Amino acid sequence: MQENPNSIPSNSPELQREVAALMVECLNLEISADQIIPDAPLYGEGLGLDSIDVLEVALVVSKRYGLQLRSDSADNRHIFSSLHSLSDYIAAKRTR
Amino acid sequence: MTSLPLLSHAARDSIIAWCAEGTVTLHQFLAEVHQLAARFPAGSHLLNMCCDRYHFSVGLAAAIVANKISLLPSTHTPEIVRQINIFAPDVFCLTDNEACTVDLPQMRYPDMAVSPTDTYAIPQIDSKQCIAIVFTSGSTGTPQPHPKTWDALVSSVQAEALRLGLLPNSHSTIIGTVPPQHMYGFESTVLMAWLSGNALSHAQPFYPADIGQTLSAIAAPRVLVSSPFHLRALLDAGLVLPEIAQVVCATAPLSKPLAHAIEARCHAPLMEIYGSTETGLIATRHPTQTAEWQLLPGVELIKDDNGVRAYGAHIMGSITMGDIIEPISEEHFLLHGRIADMVNIAGKRHSLASLNHLLNSIPGVVDGAFYMPKESEEDRITRMAAFVVAPGMEASYLLAALREHIDPVFLPRPLQFVDALPRNHTGKLPQSALQALMQAQKLA
Repeated sequence: MQENPNSIPSNSPELQREVAALMVECLNLEISADQIIPDAPLYGEGLGLDSIDVLEVALVVSKRYGLQLRSDSADNRHIFSSLHSLSDYIAAKRTR
Repeated sequence: MTSLPLLSHAARDSIIAWCAEGTVTLHQFLAEVHQLAARFPAGSHLLNMCCDRYHFSVGLAAAIVANKISLLPSTHTPEIVRQINIFAPDVFCLTDNEACTVDLPQMRYPDMAVSPTDTYAIPQIDSKQCIAIVFTSGSTGTPQPHPKTWDALVSSVQAEALRLGLLPNSHSTIIGTVPPQHMYGFESTVLMAWLSGNALSHAQPFYPADIGQTLSAIAAPRVLVSSPFHLRALLDAGLVLPEIAQVVCATAPLSKPLAHAIEARCHAPLMEIYGSTETGLIATRHPTQTAEWQLLPGVELIKDDNGVRAYGAHIMGSITMGDIIEPISEEHFLLHGRIADMVNIAGKRHSLASLNHLLNSIPGVVDGAFYMPKESEEDRITRMAAFVVAPGMEASYLLAALREHIDPVFLPRPLQFVDALPRNHTGKLPQSALQALMQAQKLA
């Protein structure tokens, strides 16, 4: 996996807003992007995403940022634990 | 008493699994099975929640050897776990996950050391022993038990392996993207590896790159057991994949274009299998060659007023299928979608009547109905909608109440609060009225 080149901004409020907008569009969520709280859980009681949603978002994120998501453990929920952690992952792995 | 062997592996060093640390031999597997069985608590039922497929398989085999029954509910929400506990008060939960929140006495999957000098014979299992009880959601919301005996499972899975052309002791490895806790993964990833003398991969790959990496880490021949949902994602990711001998797909029928695309990408034949929790596997199809499903040997279909029932071979009694089936010969049939009351989302089935019953039993809900929109795009997952009359209720409250009972795939999206449902003068709620409500909601 290519490391984050300096020309690409790392995790930032802008990236978080962009990722939130991607999620809202991809999943037809009934909320606006700025209503997704960066540190609130995306699963379960938080935004209410399930594994089907996560895979849909993963595909969109893969294409947009030129990366492949990988489970770092048996628990694939880690990357998607919050908007913040997803954006961190993208910032670290993105190639575009 | 007749008995059938637990496994079909030929030699002590036959490979039975691929794990992160490498291969596991028959000898090591049997040693771990006996150790785990000796450590089990007294209860005669277990909920095997192990995420690692190898751990699951050791837990299942140990339970069989110790004459305990594995319970396989359709989902693990708090309410379903409570009902499982009522069904089997002595149930305990075997888990390999520190964060497991299942509210039952828990047993952690232990680290086990194996002595190379111990020897174990392949256990012989009483053919009428009840191995597992698989639960469907039931029309009243109470999980309905379906017991599975060893001979029925063996017969179904051996017929499956034969139909798929998975040769016995061919050093093949089954890689599953579907969990072993549901009937499809249970039969086609765990039991099929055992009963064909082949291996299973411990992994539960999720993202397309995980599937690619799991495949690459294992020697050929590789058999990928998956679902339309995972296969579409795998194709979409455009990864270079290692050689695959066979792709197996179930949970929902594949469209012909996706089936062709998968065969082209994987350079391997794609076989679909069809069955249900109640019946197990009953038919297979090669979707790029034909739309017709071929029944397994000995399985027969009979049409009556309630639909089509399957019986014979490994099926206990006769079971009404939840899909619209058109028999076209003694051995072949066509599938025309699900019957009106049955919802299938990503392979999880639920009765619409029971979802509506549940919704209306939430305190504060005056009236409410789930609605399954027509699937718009093939091979994509369509969600349910719900229309609810519940003055003053917050959506988050209602969703939390539903989440206690039903698998998250059935949670409504959108959830729309309305002043009244468009019931006709007899109090019935026509599908067309719900469809119109859905359209109006989309335009709003």
